[in-house]
Amino acid sequence: MIAKRLLQVALTLAILSFCAFALIALMPGDPIEVAIAGDPRLSAEDAARLRALHGLDRPFTERYLAWASGLLRGEFGYSRLFAQPVASLLWPALLSTLTLAGTALLIALAAGIALGALAASWPRAAPFVDAVAIMGQAMPTFWLGMLLIIAFAVTLGWLPAGGVAESGVGLSFLILPVATLAVAHLAAYARHSATSLEATLTEPWVRTARARGASEHRVLWRHAFPNAALPILQIAALDAGALAGGALVTETVFARPGMGKLLYDAVMGNDTNLALVALLLVALVTMLATLGADLAQRALDPRLRER
Amino acid sequence: MRLRLAALLLAAATPAAAQPRDTLTIGITQYPSTYHPNIENMIAKNYVLGFARRPLTAYGADWRLTCLTCETLPSIENGLAVLETTPEGKPGIRVTYRLREGLRWGDGTPVSAEDLRFAWEAGRDPATGFGPAEFYRSAYELIVVDQRTVTLRLDRVTFEYASMADFQPLPAHIERARWEADPRSYRTRTAYDTETTNPALWNGPYRITAVQPGSSVTLERNPAWNGTAPGFRRITIRAVENTPALEAQLLAGQVDMVAGELGLPLEQAIALERRAGTRFRFHYHPGLIYEHLELRHDHPALGDIRVRQALLLATDRAQISERLFAGRQPVAHSAVNPLDAMFDPEVRQWPFDLARARALLDDAGWTPGPDGIRRNAAGERLSLEFMTTAGNRAREQVQQVLQGMWRAAGVETRIRNEPPRVFFAETLSRRRFQGLAMFAWISAPESVPRTTLHSDEIPREDRNWSGQNYGGYRNAEMDVLTHTLPEELDATRRREMWRRLQAIYAEELPSIPLWFRADAHVWPTWLDGVRPTGHLNVSTLWAEEWRAR
Repeated sequence: MIAKRLLQVALTLAILSFCAFALIALMPGDPIEVAIAGDPRLSAEDAARLRALHGLDRPFTERYLAWASGLLRGEFGYSRLFAQPVASLLWPALLSTLTLAGTALLIALAAGIALGALAASWPRAAPFVDAVAIMGQAMPTFWLGMLLIIAFAVTLGWLPAGGVAESGVGLSFLILPVATLAVAHLAAYARHSATSLEATLTEPWVRTARARGASEHRVLWRHAFPNAALPILQIAALDAGALAGGALVTETVFARPGMGKLLYDAVMGNDTNLALVALLLVALVTMLATLGADLAQRALDPRLRER
Repeated sequence: MRLRLAALLLAAATPAAAQPRDTLTIGITQYPSTYHPNIENMIAKNYVLGFARRPLTAYGADWRLTCLTCETLPSIENGLAVLETTPEGKPGIRVTYRLREGLRWGDGTPVSAEDLRFAWEAGRDPATGFGPAEFYRSAYELIVVDQRTVTLRLDRVTFEYASMADFQPLPAHIERARWEADPRSYRTRTAYDTETTNPALWNGPYRITAVQPGSSVTLERNPAWNGTAPGFRRITIRAVENTPALEAQLLAGQVDMVAGELGLPLEQAIALERRAGTRFRFHYHPGLIYEHLELRHDHPALGDIRVRQALLLATDRAQISERLFAGRQPVAHSAVNPLDAMFDPEVRQWPFDLARARALLDDAGWTPGPDGIRRNAAGERLSLEFMTTAGNRAREQVQQVLQGMWRAAGVETRIRNEPPRVFFAETLSRRRFQGLAMFAWISAPESVPRTTLHSDEIPREDRNWSGQNYGGYRNAEMDVLTHTLPEELDATRRREMWRRLQAIYAEELPSIPLWFRADAHVWPTWLDGVRPTGHLNVSTLWAEEWRAR
């Protein structure tokens, strides 16, 4: 099963690379036109010379094959936008995104499940959890980020308004972006946990567990939660994949370098090498996260293992 | 005991209070794509490199050309520029530059004529990938006179012969071997991008000591600099693309100032000044970014000079500038900035006059229809397509105001905006706009607008869409002026030619002038010495004069 899924991943990446390359090539304006817009002294002659130098005057298929064969040899190419090898840009950005998104996801999962469990086990708390979930989902990330900055950085001066530490992890720089991102995801987890747990708590085997004298705490976490966790796991896997692509809005508001901002800059700046490799990396992480979630589900649910 | 305690507290407090600030954090909205002085031209790079390296010449805050790393500007009068004939028999000129004494790279190596020779050789080779190559094509010979002196022979005589544009010393002892190994891949192997913190790359008052790609650059004093000692021990430049986030960092004290060259949009700065005016010093500096309306001269209505004049008369630019930009953007009367030495203060002006606009349209055969929109004899409505860059809030606001103002004159406009990338790369450059297009030109002091006004510069498919005369303006006298003006060395005669150029522009309106954009500089109250220029030679080229109070 794993071998088959890995083959699917490879095939998807190959198709995706061609489609992405074609889409970027079809975008209006090439890097030289972008450069001309910023430098009125660039003449038509300069433009032709630079196009030839960057290989932009070659046919699309030739450029794609050259790029793809380089990639297969492990050559990620050179970023025109940052004047750095693509690999040297990707890893720090991915690390930064994983730190931000991973922390936010873990917090969102823990808090979301806790809130969901509260709503499912104590019906009087359900309206409160619903309200928190609706607020979290309805509040635009950009707006929430700005509110937190105004409150904690500008007014109180407790935390930095954005950026990254000049060295080290810079925990203080992480708090506000993590909180912003976590709130946005927490809402979904809270609602799904509550719904899933409520449904599970009405199952006959839960009644049986209660009849056998199991405490409510044990019933909730030992009996109901493993069953209720399956859909949450699937959502978390999809979120993890999506977050690997960067939390563009959060990264932009807090001026944090990361995959989302890198990918956005690369596409807008017509940096084909960087955009494609970043895109493929994000796709790969998403597919691996989904595969991981499937495997975890099979481990949790014996019925899936039997198929 | 009390006295002793007070003295102790005073002693503890005094040094901190008296301690001058020695660091400065600057916010800008773009990160440089390269640190090589000659590869790609972008304001973010120019801004950062202004601290760390110095070109031969630059235009100062007074818009006059000045020497930065040279001793004397060459001129015919001082004998450092000599008219001659090229080996091909063309008129040419030779100019001699002598590098300032004591100029050194950050590793102590003297900046020498060999560094200029290397820069010239690299620039002459098309494979190197330098940006604008006109200078290198024209400079057909470089003669090293001595360790600090070079003579350049140019095959074209222009009044800008003393301006060396991007030509500047590059550290041959670091870069030559890399370039000679393979000029085609030099741009990916240059030490400027692979070893940006190498002190030997920098000859300015500061040198780059740390780089966080996409995020920040740190500069520290360059011990090898022998000019005026810079005022700050360390300068950090943070790139924050999102301007509300940049404003938040400013208010939170994470950045001390926002650079005007690449900072807050004017309207955001004006709003910030209203809220936090006492915390910072705000300075609005009009510059060379010329906001205007390009128009299709082959459009049946816009081809008529009376319609163009009527549109300008129906535009209350002073009111727009006052209402939307707090009067900070000076109204333009032609493409020449009032700060430019060649500006003609007598140039014809078109103050708002709705009655005259209506009369001109009547005269042009456009009479009001039942819905107030004018029609010609054939019954066609005076309806114009009006484009600009989508997402640019200031332009979109102006566009809506203009739409209302022109409607009062009986002119209908249909707004069709596009993302900047599509607008500039496709619609404008391939002349796909149908009526009016609002955008800005950026130029340099006394920059002859040949590419935008000469009829040879109308983009055509058979010329691979080169040229920037997007509107398709044609005027034989303008063609002659834009062709001959650069070759006129006599400033008095040139001024007369500029006067004529501006007169034709203001009369014929090849495009409708709006205003010159102003940069909003936000400085801490304790900072002195920043002198914005308003042109492409950024204020950081004089950063050694910046001081904390």
